[in-house]
Amino acid sequence: MLLKMFLTFLKIGAFTFGGGFAMIPIIQEEVVNKNKWIKDEEFVDTISVAQSSPGPIAVNASIFVGYKIKGFLGALVSTIGTVLPSFITILIIARFFSYFRDNIIFEKVFMGIRPAVVALIFSALYRLVYKSYLGYIALGFAFLATLILIFFKISPIYMVLLGIIVSVIYNKNLKSKT
Amino acid sequence: MLPLLEEAVIKTNSWMTATEFVDIFAISEMTPGPIAINAATFVGYRVAGFFGALVATLAVVIPSFIVISLIFLSLNKFRNSPYIDWVFQGIRPMVLGLIGAAGVTVARTSLVDIKSIFIGLGLFYLVTFKKLNPIYGIIIAGLLGIILY
Repeated sequence: MLLKMFLTFLKIGAFTFGGGFAMIPIIQEEVVNKNKWIKDEEFVDTISVAQSSPGPIAVNASIFVGYKIKGFLGALVSTIGTVLPSFITILIIARFFSYFRDNIIFEKVFMGIRPAVVALIFSALYRLVYKSYLGYIALGFAFLATLILIFFKISPIYMVLLGIIVSVIYNKNLKSKT
Repeated sequence: MLPLLEEAVIKTNSWMTATEFVDIFAISEMTPGPIAINAATFVGYRVAGFFGALVATLAVVIPSFIVISLIFLSLNKFRNSPYIDWVFQGIRPMVLGLIGAAGVTVARTSLVDIKSIFIGLGLFYLVTFKKLNPIYGIIIAGLLGIILY
């Protein structure tokens, strides 16, 4: 089990280009769809925690998923798995820096991968919208939050805080009425 | 995270020049893995070789590890508190919003011509409706990049 987790997160670390959000669809595919280690709802919560905590989102998400699957050892294994491909790749590249910087093939591969990352992010979003059973009101808020984040330069953390405050006040009032 | 890294590496410690840092950032974006990890490993290597890279990478990962451990343990402890449910109920829609907005931001810089739009739409269709594994999607897109550009 731990070996399988390690190999899975190694794969996740090795094929994530362009940082945190690009990793979401890959973790989703490997951890939720393929191995069914956690459910779609749990996955949304994982991203919530990863996004609201300091540090790289992808690393945070791996640690949290690791804990959910197999406790402390799971978290350790998934973290090492996620970081190792980066570490090795960069060590190699740092040695041959000038060669990579001017390599035209590298540039072309990246031109193809960039739009792919966009596609993967929206694909993950599509799945989250359909599988996390959020309800129309929550989805309405999600859409509103998207627009606000696109058109105003508001730090994501304030949006998260706002969501928490609204939800707690709403639920508390609901409870005091019944 | 990157503005903080820039501040620490260039201004506070003068480990490298701004131009070098921009190059390192570009490479960190193009190589697999979290950008912050890539950049930290790279800077560590340039400043102090293999052990520099190791120390820098560990130093980026350890705070995450501690914070997420604390969050996980406290979530487990207060699992039955209704507040935890409410908090997550509030965060969930916001997180979908964040992912949507991030997608739009990346799209603005990545969907630059008809070829990239073709790759993007094609891959969205294949991954979403034809259950193509995202990893194969990335590989196919990289090959398309070589062919089309």
